[in-house]
Amino acid sequence: MSTSGMIEQERYTCAIGALQSVVAIPRAVPILHSGPGCGTMILGFFERGTGYAGGYTSPCTNFSETEVVFGGVDKLRQLIVNTDKVLDSDLQVVLTGCTADIVGDDVGSVLSEFVDAGRPLVHVETAGFKSNNLVAHSNVVNAIIDQYVDLFAAVHPSRSDALLVNVFASLPYQDPFWKGNLREYKRLFEALGLKVNILFGPESAGVDEWKSIPEANFNVLISPWYGLPIVEHLQERYDQPYFRFPYVPIGANETTRLLEGLSAFAIEQGAPLNPRRTRALIEHEEQAFYEEIDNLATFLLEFRYGLPNHVHILHDAGYVVGLSRFLLHEVGIVPKEQFIVDGTPEEYQAAVRADLAATSDRREIPVSFDVDAGAAQRALRELYGVAAGAGAAGAAASEGDATAAGGGGGAAAAAAGGGAAGGGAAAAGGGAATGDAAIGGGDPTAAAIAVGAHGGGQGGTAGHEGRGLIIGSGWDKELARDLSCDFLPAAVPDPYRLVLTTNYAGYTGGLRVIEDIYDVVLSTYA
Amino acid sequence: MATVNLHVPAVAVREIRLNTITGYEGTAADLLERSCNGGASLRERGRGFTQCLGCSTSNAACMTVLVQDGAVISHGPVGCSSCLHEFAFTYRVNAPVRGLSAPTPRHIYSTNLTEDETVFGGSDKLAASIREVYEREHPAVIFIITTCASGIIGDDVEGVANDAEEELGIPVVAIFCEGFRSKVWTSGFDAGYHGIARKLIRPPRPPEERFSITETGERVWDKPFVNVINFWGSDFFGPWLERFGFETRYITPYSTLASLQTASEARASVQICTTLGSYMASALEQGFGVEALRAAPPYGVAATERWLRTFGEMVEKPEVAEEIIAEERAKYLPQIAELRARLEGRTAYVTAGAGHGHAMLQILGELGIEAQGAALFHHDPANDIDSEEADSLVARVRDYGDVPRLSICNKQEFELVNVLARLRPQLLLARHGGMTLWGAKLGIPSLLIGDEQWGMGYQGIVRYGRAISEVLENDEFVVNLARHAINPYSKWWLAQTSSAFLEEGDF
Repeated sequence: MSTSGMIEQERYTCAIGALQSVVAIPRAVPILHSGPGCGTMILGFFERGTGYAGGYTSPCTNFSETEVVFGGVDKLRQLIVNTDKVLDSDLQVVLTGCTADIVGDDVGSVLSEFVDAGRPLVHVETAGFKSNNLVAHSNVVNAIIDQYVDLFAAVHPSRSDALLVNVFASLPYQDPFWKGNLREYKRLFEALGLKVNILFGPESAGVDEWKSIPEANFNVLISPWYGLPIVEHLQERYDQPYFRFPYVPIGANETTRLLEGLSAFAIEQGAPLNPRRTRALIEHEEQAFYEEIDNLATFLLEFRYGLPNHVHILHDAGYVVGLSRFLLHEVGIVPKEQFIVDGTPEEYQAAVRADLAATSDRREIPVSFDVDAGAAQRALRELYGVAAGAGAAGAAASEGDATAAGGGGGAAAAAAGGGAAGGGAAAAGGGAATGDAAIGGGDPTAAAIAVGAHGGGQGGTAGHEGRGLIIGSGWDKELARDLSCDFLPAAVPDPYRLVLTTNYAGYTGGLRVIEDIYDVVLSTYA
Repeated sequence: MATVNLHVPAVAVREIRLNTITGYEGTAADLLERSCNGGASLRERGRGFTQCLGCSTSNAACMTVLVQDGAVISHGPVGCSSCLHEFAFTYRVNAPVRGLSAPTPRHIYSTNLTEDETVFGGSDKLAASIREVYEREHPAVIFIITTCASGIIGDDVEGVANDAEEELGIPVVAIFCEGFRSKVWTSGFDAGYHGIARKLIRPPRPPEERFSITETGERVWDKPFVNVINFWGSDFFGPWLERFGFETRYITPYSTLASLQTASEARASVQICTTLGSYMASALEQGFGVEALRAAPPYGVAATERWLRTFGEMVEKPEVAEEIIAEERAKYLPQIAELRARLEGRTAYVTAGAGHGHAMLQILGELGIEAQGAALFHHDPANDIDSEEADSLVARVRDYGDVPRLSICNKQEFELVNVLARLRPQLLLARHGGMTLWGAKLGIPSLLIGDEQWGMGYQGIVRYGRAISEVLENDEFVVNLARHAINPYSKWWLAQTSSAFLEEGDF
């Protein structure tokens, strides 16, 4: 952990990043009352996050010196008026940035003029210095509930539909699999006999669905900590209890545990569910799941050229616990040191530790909570005996040579290649292979992994026996290469992978995780 | 002419330094006329509706994150460095293009300013962060980029940087690039260059001292070189400059502290884009005596030949320029003519920053494609090297004629959508991510060129011609996308003129 409180290699963004939760609501428009760059910073973090009206489409007051000195409320008023003319939308959410909050613009009073006139308009403070996007997601949702949904509460009586549930789970965009996961939760819960407000993504019915939030019998929260303020707020406001599952249910064991728990809770709350239907659903899903595992077992047990036997995950608490449980019991990959990089507040860390510890009574899984993912990487490098300094310094020196040699053309490339082989002693096999591949025009990464893999953990002098797997964000690709581990990107930010509607949650999600891991592994056998 | 002052911590933003504007609608010729005398008669036009812009801080990051042996600390909330991971990707992916086979991980940090620090100040946290970054990576240089929050709360970033520099014994460079200071986020490039020029570049050594000693004690003389101020694209200039007897030194992406320190010893500075590089070229010229080439970048035959001849004269080797021109003409002009015959009469629209947009308009002119218009992000009526010859819009209008519908759009998507829907060009050329989307959504074949050096010289025209032909021929994807595209823009807006929200200028 950094002593200064700085963060290396951020894995989440600041509060205004929760504008993506607005983008995820069909036909909702985020309006930024912020500095000019906030929107593009967030877009750059998530990369494919435009949706209906995010990214360069989002209206923004683009604070300048004038607004910093004189305030920006007039500009905001004008922007709100004109947003309605230019963009078709059902809901507009004004999110304030650092600039507006530091100068103290009274956004609420500007908005009240429009809200009184019937505009579907909400505002929420999301100054970047106040919190991060995982925390601010709850603020955005609660603001929409308080300032918009509640206006229609009279015609949507509290808890009036015994079968209806509101689901709060994967955070839009922060969880790269949010769309797929939410769709899978909706499919499974409807199969139990429930009606589901999924609220975000293409399976949501937009603002009409949001308006029916008070009608729900209870809420479902699938999360280690983020989103908790939403269900607590709804409990207070509409008297709705909540069912909570504290990590991402991946694979059969955990999805079954979720469905059984949810079904029992629903019946307790008076939802007329049929337990036999629940049983039948679980049996059907498990049968389909184990048909694949059965088929796969031969490969997992007999593939003689090397498969990963242990995993390090750098992710949010929900995925670290969910993936650890799944990989140990249903795939046979042993979770070793784990790194939770989501800023889990201290008060929830003990519970997360307990959930992770309960993965197995036969082994301890070391886990650290640290938003400074650079520190996590250093810990892993130390563990594997690949000193961060040595490898980087060697390579840096060879890069310096490349420039001195003329900064272009074949001669420089050759010099750099030579330098890498010599300088990268700590990553001997990988370094040399990278140099060759680059000169040959191939994919240097694949080559480096392949060499490491065949050689069996050439990355360093220490580490765990056997072949390792790292699941993390795009930041971790170079780490995995240096450690000669296989690498599956599954967290933001991630420029190395395209995720559309893939789900990791549920029975099918578990199978997809397996596909993705062994896809990566098999692709090293060129 | 704007005077470079390397003794002050911050460089003025473009609105102040160059009279840069972000709102205009008219023709290229008219805009150039109004730009005379440093744009004294040019007035900025604001907008009643605005969408997200870019940020100076990311452009300052662009010029520092890619320095090989540096580390970058964003002094602000964690969100202000959100997109910087993209530079880590760029660095890695383009490394082979610059002859680096083992690119090191980028070292990117955020001081993670929180509410307490906005109240009590963030200087201590910054100082502690610098120390910690140094202990972690021992970078050769640490860059600090500022943000809106650190700027408004008034942290003494310069003081902290100077103290740290003294303590650690490595350069610690404060770069002032708060987003709210400028609507022209290109100002962030200038801020990055300013920091590098004032803190890193050293006065040139006398020629008799320009050597290094090898391990065996041998003296190796530095070869004469030329600075190329650019992004991270392919090495286009190397072969040309070699013919003139120079090595090529690209700054600042993929440079090292050592190579930046001695940039002052270059024979000359050239730039891939007048919008990008003029401040650095000017700082090198005024601060260190490195002559800046005064010619528009080599896009299109006319500009290419002017570039080569001007450079040849500058380095007193005009015959080399003529040799290159003769050889490349023989090789490429027939290919260009063939492409021109195929593409002549087509229509296109361009959207890009300033300089590269002009470059695209030049290439369209060379290929005989009618530029119906362009939406350029900003307009600098002057440049820091005070040269009309270096102005690529001037070059476009002179070489290929006026551009009838020129908008200065500040990357406002709503205006672009409106124009494209109205004009329906046969092709959209774009330079920046996010901008081709709307061409494609409207069923217009769209081409984005990410490598700034790809279209240079005679060969670049051929490359462009082929890429354009390919895009025009393979339009099935955009045709299908247009049928299903999601459009948040109202019917009302699409029925207005694209400049409807531009405030009236007083000209």
